[in-house]
Amino acid sequence: MKDRVRVAAGQGFWGDWLEAPYRQVTGGPIDYLMMDYLAEVTMSIMQKQKSRDSSLGYAKDFIPLMERILPLIVERRIRVTANAGGVNPRACAEAVAAVARRLKLAGRLTIGVVTGDDLLPRMDELLAGGHELRNMDTGRPLSDVRDRVLSANAYLGAAPVVDALARGADVVITGRVTDTGLTLGPLMHEFGWSMSDWDRIAAGTVAGHIIECGAQSSGGNQLIDWQRVPDLANVGYPIVDAKPDGTFEITKHPRTGGRITVAGVTEQLVYEMGDPRRYITPDGVADFTSIDLEQSGKDRVRVSGVRGAPAPEQLKVSIAYAYGYKAVGTLVYAWPDAVAKARAADRVLRERLKDLGLEFEAILTELVGYDSTHGPLAARATRAQDVPEVQLRVGVRAREQAPVERFTREIAPLILNGPPSVTGFAGGRPKPEEIVAYWPALIDRQQVQPCVDVVRV
Amino acid sequence: MRRRRSRVVELRAIAHARSGDKGDTANVGLIALKPAHYPVLVRQVTAARVARHFRGMIKGPVERFELPNLRALNFLLHGALDGGGTISLKTDAQGKVFSTALLRMTVKLSA
Repeated sequence: MKDRVRVAAGQGFWGDWLEAPYRQVTGGPIDYLMMDYLAEVTMSIMQKQKSRDSSLGYAKDFIPLMERILPLIVERRIRVTANAGGVNPRACAEAVAAVARRLKLAGRLTIGVVTGDDLLPRMDELLAGGHELRNMDTGRPLSDVRDRVLSANAYLGAAPVVDALARGADVVITGRVTDTGLTLGPLMHEFGWSMSDWDRIAAGTVAGHIIECGAQSSGGNQLIDWQRVPDLANVGYPIVDAKPDGTFEITKHPRTGGRITVAGVTEQLVYEMGDPRRYITPDGVADFTSIDLEQSGKDRVRVSGVRGAPAPEQLKVSIAYAYGYKAVGTLVYAWPDAVAKARAADRVLRERLKDLGLEFEAILTELVGYDSTHGPLAARATRAQDVPEVQLRVGVRAREQAPVERFTREIAPLILNGPPSVTGFAGGRPKPEEIVAYWPALIDRQQVQPCVDVVRV
Repeated sequence: MRRRRSRVVELRAIAHARSGDKGDTANVGLIALKPAHYPVLVRQVTAARVARHFRGMIKGPVERFELPNLRALNFLLHGALDGGGTISLKTDAQGKVFSTALLRMTVKLSA
């Protein structure tokens, strides 16, 4: 058994900095590279892509990124965990295998593929069996939207990742494995933690939570004293340096920018938090009120004391369904009276939409530069007549496409037939966008069987 | 007897924050800059006050949780994101800057 394991974060979401994984692999010693690609919204985007082309549906960026680092990770024996597989892990793994063969790494790389999260093929059977998959927010049964369901994926935990690693996988590509499971899995595998060692599982989960958003724990998007975060251009992504007892340090490679501080790690701990005593994952429940943080060195924060509780009987299911359509149109109004002009344009626009008899579920008007982020709190604190310019931003949403399509043609006319001092329309007419919405639900965990395939390239 | 004087400051003078989303709920983690500031947050930044602060911006209730170990409070602002995720029409559909909006709130510090 190793006495320390270093898990480095390489991507915090699909679209994160492409340089980060390369720098993590080359900037100093690490044992694992962990890359988190999946947010609630991401699965629905991938589902859209898969519905157009059945060979897609995974994080495409992952392939050129792996092409760049594969020779290095093979040489340095660094293993990779990534949920880049999205809604099509097998296609993702095949694309990585093709790259490995092209790089003449055949015979030197083993790929693990974790599936079993996809519940769509069994949806009707599950519903008929009394699993209502009620929306956790609204309480409505899934039967309300059954005919519009596009994907349904249970959140898998660390267990199948551990299985893939135990069977020799160098690169573990998963579907909807939790963000935290990608870090916890390597720690459980290397330290031999039991599946019911709730405190250590909670500790590994907290480690995963701290690094799952990449640089958000090492200086990125950090509010406290933000002007003095050093050298963000070369920000070092976070690394978990863990011990078998479940304590760990958060650190980063030397000679990188950013910073690792108690305050910065705390900001990441509270990010997307619900009830801090019950941070629920498929692997166990972590109590965030038990976490002790200590600055143990420059750019090193020690994390200890984490307590856990047994895993839940139910797993969360991320369901995507066709909801409707939306579009957002924007125009920029200049001083003087920029706010008043934008408001007047909004009134004209809304009157025209009404006269056309268009029906929307929602119309939302924001003035970017005035109230789009802090709403009335900002507007009250600002003298409207002093605002040099605002962007009028009007969004509409409807179940049908037609009214949204018609709305997109009502923005440009305002340039010549609305209030004056208007510009910023070079982008042309806005495009209606399909809304694939998210339906969170729970399912009994015995209904979900993770599947692990391990293939030598 | 001398009256104890107090001064009013914006929360940003004594706290930092980060926010995120879960569906149509925004969360704001509010963190004391110094240990002495945490009791001020606990006493004055109540769920009811936060609900009043965000009046007109959120449709549901506000929940508050305490994390004394991190000198932090966590707030859940329900119905804050116009449906949230892909449904929302908001610029801040994922609640990223409710954090600094909360830091506009004022608290009283004893001088």
